[in-house]
Amino acid sequence: MTTAATSGAPATSTWQGLQRWSRRDEVRRAVSLVALMVTLAVITGPSGTQTAPYSGLRGSLFASHAIPFYVLAVVLALVALFGGRWTAAAVAPVRQLRERGRGVVIPRYVKLIALVLLAVLLLYYPTTLTPFWQTVLVDQMGIYVLLAVGLNVVVGFAGLLDLGYIAFFAIGAYTTAYFTDKLPVHPPFVLNPFFIFPIAVGAALLAGVILGGPTLRLRGDYLAIVTLGFGEIVRITAVNSDSLTNGPQGAFGIPHFAAFGYKWTLDSLPYYYLLLGVVAAIVFFFSRLNNSRVGRAWAAIREDEVAAAATGIPTLKFKLMAFAIGASTSGFAGVIYASKVGFINPDNFPLLLSILVLTMVIFGGMGSIPGVILGAAVLGWLPNYLRDYVPAQDRFIYFGALLIVMMIFRPQGLLPSKRRSRELRLSELGVGGADAMGTIPGTDA
Amino acid sequence: MTTATATDAVLEVSDVTLRFGGLTSLDSVSLRHERGEVLAVIGPNGAGKTSLFNCLTGVYHPQEGTVTFRPEGGRDTAVLGRKPFQVNKLGIARTFQNIRLFNALTAVENVKIGVESHQRSGPIGAMLGLPRNRREERDSDDEAFRLLEFVGLSKRANEVSASLPYGDQRRLEIARALGTRPKLLLLDEPAAGTNPAEKRQLEVLIRDIAATGVSVLLIEHDMKLVMAVAANVVVLNFGQVIAAGTPQEIQRDPKVVEAYLGGDEAAGEA
Amino acid sequence: MCFTQSFWQLTISGLALGSVYALIALGYTLVYGVLQLINFAHSEVFMLGGFGGLFLIRGLGISNPSGFTSVALVIGGMLAGAVFGGVTAFVLERVAYRPLRRRGAPKLAFLISAIGASYFLLNLAGKEFGRFNNPMPSLYTSGEVFSVFGAQVTTNNLVIGSAAVVMLIALDRIIAKTRLGMGIRSVAQDAEAASLMGVDINKVITRTFIIGGLLAGVAGFLFGIQFGVQYNMGFSAGTKAFTAAVLGGIGNVRGAVLGGLVLGVAENLGVACVSSAWRDVIAFMILVLVLMVRPTGLLGERLGRSA
Repeated sequence: MTTAATSGAPATSTWQGLQRWSRRDEVRRAVSLVALMVTLAVITGPSGTQTAPYSGLRGSLFASHAIPFYVLAVVLALVALFGGRWTAAAVAPVRQLRERGRGVVIPRYVKLIALVLLAVLLLYYPTTLTPFWQTVLVDQMGIYVLLAVGLNVVVGFAGLLDLGYIAFFAIGAYTTAYFTDKLPVHPPFVLNPFFIFPIAVGAALLAGVILGGPTLRLRGDYLAIVTLGFGEIVRITAVNSDSLTNGPQGAFGIPHFAAFGYKWTLDSLPYYYLLLGVVAAIVFFFSRLNNSRVGRAWAAIREDEVAAAATGIPTLKFKLMAFAIGASTSGFAGVIYASKVGFINPDNFPLLLSILVLTMVIFGGMGSIPGVILGAAVLGWLPNYLRDYVPAQDRFIYFGALLIVMMIFRPQGLLPSKRRSRELRLSELGVGGADAMGTIPGTDA
Repeated sequence: MTTATATDAVLEVSDVTLRFGGLTSLDSVSLRHERGEVLAVIGPNGAGKTSLFNCLTGVYHPQEGTVTFRPEGGRDTAVLGRKPFQVNKLGIARTFQNIRLFNALTAVENVKIGVESHQRSGPIGAMLGLPRNRREERDSDDEAFRLLEFVGLSKRANEVSASLPYGDQRRLEIARALGTRPKLLLLDEPAAGTNPAEKRQLEVLIRDIAATGVSVLLIEHDMKLVMAVAANVVVLNFGQVIAAGTPQEIQRDPKVVEAYLGGDEAAGEA
Repeated sequence: MCFTQSFWQLTISGLALGSVYALIALGYTLVYGVLQLINFAHSEVFMLGGFGGLFLIRGLGISNPSGFTSVALVIGGMLAGAVFGGVTAFVLERVAYRPLRRRGAPKLAFLISAIGASYFLLNLAGKEFGRFNNPMPSLYTSGEVFSVFGAQVTTNNLVIGSAAVVMLIALDRIIAKTRLGMGIRSVAQDAEAASLMGVDINKVITRTFIIGGLLAGVAGFLFGIQFGVQYNMGFSAGTKAFTAAVLGGIGNVRGAVLGGLVLGVAENLGVACVSSAWRDVIAFMILVLVLMVRPTGLLGERLGRSA
């Protein structure tokens, strides 16, 4: 290659000089910042329409909307090119603070007080919300938290990339519809959704085992594709089987929970407390699970599957265990969703949702239960908060960008588990594979 | 080849042949490992030593030959055709040439994983905190610490394994393998990359392991170590067994000398 | 059998469709060969290439073209598609993958980033260009050109098929004969060794992405001629192309071509048996089956290494 030109020999042509100039860090940073501003201008700008497809771009880049972005772009570019010393000085105190905070140990009683405050917040605050927000709390944030905690077992604990997680959610929901007699086919007996839990969970678990059995021996990226395919197969089947699932119209009129003399209604609060209790219990159990030999076996499989097998771990069995537990949790959430919302159709279970839940897990910190809860809560809350500022359809532009940004700047997530942080740091140093899928060959720090 | 009389072999390898496409990695390899002894497998690089280990542990499946494992008091069991974790369950454990620890886990966690491979506790019990699960957790803690002490790592039990010094990492891998309660331990170049002091420690450790009744099959390049611990030696070259006998015998064997291009060179490699 | 009635018809159109899949599949297989990574966002490269071709054709605004104008339009569309595809792939590599490669991120991070990029591009295109189908303005007088075994071969079939064949032959020559091709093959086999031998890995990777992007961009334009261009056309075509790549043997260039053709025909024949609503399911089923029964594909993984 052109080693002579890059080793300090005088630029023999303006082209080479330009090449070398463009490789300098400040220039790259400046260009990236300008590109970022332009991208932001386009994302937040108006959309194109049927009759005027370029109006979106024109309105984003060549109208008054773009001005603040262009101004920012110029400012940032100048800072990046010439303000190296200033930015370093500005960043230094932040870095110092982080270093000092690294070794700090939070005393026990502080943690306890924080926990109590959190409990009070969780119990009391929702009663002060408007009905709209209460519904968001349950239908979106609550369900997402449950789904994320379940997927965390599959992706975070066992390191398996599942892109079809929502299929089990759908199975749970449709099972509920079936046993409450809201589908074209009639069940042998009718139950209130509250008592369908074991059946729906069983169905989801069975589906998980059937899917996982033959596919969990595949390589990580292949598993991702197969699970994606499965998710789509379930959804398309739901759309096309009019006689079984009522096709695109789905099921409606699914009754709310009613058990032991207590009836749940459209009111979100009772559902919220039920969900709170369920999530608390599941978090308790899954934490225990992760700290047991099962959790350790999963960590071993994630770190080095060959070594794990050589150390006597039946890897397939443990992978299947994680997969089944995740599927059951998803099915469980499906029952709650079906009974709360009352109507379901295939559009409720798109691939998008599987990706969304995965985003929540990664964003929050895969392998860390508090992390994924926070991630799910934030990502469930955000689109509703932004409702007035961002058209609903554009939501996924931001999600997509968020995923990329997270992977570049904070791959360990918001509240990472200690183990995961360690794995990532080691992988960057070239040690180990970080998780079951390993690293890209030829990457080096 | 030592004439086998009424001696008790823990492992018998017969005519194992392993081919990769056109390349023959192991050619009719046979060996006999007496119970309780330390048997060393040596040979130049590329001779097929690690391939042999991989065949013995279910990673590779040789096209021909048989491998019979004879656990004490148990029946003869065929090893070939089993998956790696099944081979481990039989009682054969191994370490790897380029150390495969669970890097982000601590030393004691690594060993516990080995110990727990024997446990029967399942996920439900773990979640509910059943007494059996709790007991097995305590037991695995105890045994893991005991093993760490056995290999001399008890002071570093809670350190992240990737941050351990190289020699300690090797010993940790051995501790983890011992956790699976093997009757036969395969060590793949345990002294590679270690300094002389660590090598002496390794000598002691291997002898201690053999003293507990575990048979040790050792791949090594360091002839000093081999001479110190091995009762018998098998020499491989180009996938074939070219000599077998006591360390003194094979040192004098002209075929071995030729394979290494000078026995002096190999002996001085310590 | 349910498809014997129109077997040849289905096969002909299946081959045309399959050749489009093959072009896209090559992008997947090449990137997988050098990075062992499924480039999820490749489907959006295909989609943007389609839009590129569409914009050019619309922009030229020639009505009722024929003869040489038609040929020029087709070639122009292909070039526009290729440019859009190549540029998108280049940007993608720089923004979503290179920063991760530089910090030694685990493969999971790459996959997540790829998924993010895919959703970002897909929804951005939907926002800017609308969420509906855009049919391609006519480039030539369509209709039957000749018939084979009683099946029509239309102009569409011919254009798409022959354009694809030309690109595929060109790629085969590039991989086999040029220095770049050798670089790609060497990085696919052993990146570390290649870099020690003086191969600039970053350059090879960038160029691999660009080549894949060029092919997918052209495929987007060709696909658009038949089916129109829309913001989410990448998802289903992309998944099927990936299936084709796996079917032929991921990392194997000729395998991708074979896989694409086989899948195109199989999909058409299958849809004759069940309604077209199940079209996508057929591809997924084939994917799941192949991965479980013969994960190395029909021609085996070749470009990369074995064990």
